[in-house]
Amino acid sequence: MDTLAPLVLLAPLAGFLVNAVFGRRLPRPVVGWIGAGSIGLGFILSLAILIQLLAGARPLDQTYFTWWQSGDFTVPFNLYVDQLSTLMILVITGVGFLIHVYSIGYMREDPGYSRFFAYMNLFVLSMLLLVLAGNLVWLIIGWAGVGLSSYLLISFWFDRPAAVLAGRKAFVMNTIGDIGMIFAAFLIFLNLRVTDYRGLFDRLHQLPRGGAVITAICLLLLVGAVAKSAQLPLHTWLPDAMEGPTPVSALIHAATMVTAGVYLVARMHMLYDWAPAAAATVAIVGGVTAFFAATIGTSQIDIKRILAYSTMSQIGYMFLAVGIGAYAAGMFHFMTHAFFKALLFMAAGNVIHAFHDDQDIRHMGNLRAGLPITFWTFLVGTLSISGFPLLAGFFSKDEIIRSALAAPGGEFWLGVLALVTAGLTAYYMFRLFFIAFGWEWLTHDDRHLHEAPPVQTVPIIILATGAVVGGYIPIATFLSPVFGAPGEVGFGTFLGLAALSVLAALAGLLIAYLLHARRPELAVAWRTRLAPIHALVEHKYYIDELYDRVFVQPGLALARFLNGVIETRVIDAAVNGLADFTLVEAREFRLIQTGRVRSYALWTLGGAIGVVLIVAGFLGYLPWRLGG
Amino acid sequence: MPAAYLFLLLSGALFTMGAVGFLVRHNPLVVFMCIELMLNAVNLAFAAESRFLNSLDGVVFAFLVIAVAAAEVVVGIAIIVQVYRGGRQMDVDQLDLMKE
Repeated sequence: MDTLAPLVLLAPLAGFLVNAVFGRRLPRPVVGWIGAGSIGLGFILSLAILIQLLAGARPLDQTYFTWWQSGDFTVPFNLYVDQLSTLMILVITGVGFLIHVYSIGYMREDPGYSRFFAYMNLFVLSMLLLVLAGNLVWLIIGWAGVGLSSYLLISFWFDRPAAVLAGRKAFVMNTIGDIGMIFAAFLIFLNLRVTDYRGLFDRLHQLPRGGAVITAICLLLLVGAVAKSAQLPLHTWLPDAMEGPTPVSALIHAATMVTAGVYLVARMHMLYDWAPAAAATVAIVGGVTAFFAATIGTSQIDIKRILAYSTMSQIGYMFLAVGIGAYAAGMFHFMTHAFFKALLFMAAGNVIHAFHDDQDIRHMGNLRAGLPITFWTFLVGTLSISGFPLLAGFFSKDEIIRSALAAPGGEFWLGVLALVTAGLTAYYMFRLFFIAFGWEWLTHDDRHLHEAPPVQTVPIIILATGAVVGGYIPIATFLSPVFGAPGEVGFGTFLGLAALSVLAALAGLLIAYLLHARRPELAVAWRTRLAPIHALVEHKYYIDELYDRVFVQPGLALARFLNGVIETRVIDAAVNGLADFTLVEAREFRLIQTGRVRSYALWTLGGAIGVVLIVAGFLGYLPWRLGG
Repeated sequence: MPAAYLFLLLSGALFTMGAVGFLVRHNPLVVFMCIELMLNAVNLAFAAESRFLNSLDGVVFAFLVIAVAAAEVVVGIAIIVQVYRGGRQMDVDQLDLMKE
């Protein structure tokens, strides 16, 4: 295993380097298959690691070399491979591979083909490094790498101003998170003198339980997690990130990036168990974000934005789970979510291509005849994310709601909120489905829509299979060496809660069906009746406007002030003043430079006599005294 | 008056002659000789005081000065010869190329 783990990193690194350096000179199919193949190779290697773990191999914490050392500050390059990171790399490389294959078809006409695959490989590489790193420094390097590659990919079409702005926004938001992470690492090193996970987990209990230090560390880590995972209040970059190509959205939402925050909390679960207040904060952030994003999702009209808000909402579920200590449930939902969200995005990409880059769901409809594969797979994804029985999303979401409802104290209300959110999820997903994909009410269809080629549909079909059967994978048992054995759930409790969440989902489905498939005029009537709320939700609670007013505009004003006043009147004035002063004075002083050797000699002689007199004076050889 | 004072007086007189000569003469060769005169005046003072104070320090300094003076003569004479060959007037006041 100690040789397999670095190879998992080296495969996408090789793909990235080849495509970045030679990509422009290679034929397109070669570029695409190098990009996808390197991730596929990583998946095979990850499978080998999984087999070794299942065969009973011990988790790996292998130091390959010491990166740097100064006093008692040591940064090794070590990889930490246990059941948790193995699950992560399997999903990252597995779903990532399918997305890469899909991109071969989706991006086939893009002029930046090789650049795209180089960035995608870099993205996967950063995420794998983030997951496999065995110490905080390499974690942060991977963390920042993910931020960088997401910036590059969101701004991939750099001739579109909106894409450039969205990339910048994502980068700035992520940097706020990076700062939180870095300060957390500082605090950990200051208090425990370690950078590696093993030492951190060993020495953790030297800190007082629930004390200020451990709580501060966990909250700073949470800042990083919130920024990366687009949770409140650092969520605004995620919907804007839809400016990137659709496979990028799929990669960000399913395999890499936004799940990093969930992974971070799960990886640091010993810290959060030791800081209950911070863990409760995680749960509240998650629960509130899940509800908040779901409400926004109900009113959007851009197919990718709806999916983006649904991701925020689902990641909120995962945060809720890891916040209340149901780590395995959170990771379970991460896995099933990766299946159905990648599927939904890629299916949406097919639709967007069929409609020539139009993303407005009101222009779509009745896609069953034109895009049959996309239609049926999208339906599977919608059912799965809505939590319909026996599909993957049903099991993982129920697990979270059950854990939240069973938790003592305030988490119970988060469980209720999660239940409501489940209904909202079903509503907005089916609203999207009914409006964009349509049912049977269009009688004639003169559009000539074309289904995507197999290279784009086969990955979706594979993911649809995962979205159906993924719920039967015993993740909790697999992760039990990391998080402890899963609690036994009585069959009655399971059934009761399942019935509740299914009822919520069915209610959402029925409302969506009624409003958007059967009686669209009712939707219009309700929209006018709830006009103020609708406006609030449609404008995403005016948070972008608020941030613009509070942070962006004052920042711009400050910059304008610094540029207009400080720069010209203070800094330039000082520099120019010094130069002018020197010039004026030099005009006078240059007169002593006569060019006559004899006048120089006279000055030298005078100086020498002066020095002799002063020295003699200090030594007391003169009749009068100098300098006391 | 002790003998040491006589040597110092002689040294001072030679140095003053050199300094004045340096300041008033125009011929670079003569100016150069005046520099040598000043250096040797100092050497004389060093050597004499070394003898009277029973210390070798002064003599060591004198040797140092002689070595420096020798090196300086090489450079200085070379410059003067070059100036002479260039057909320029042999007047230190005219040698002001470095002014600009």
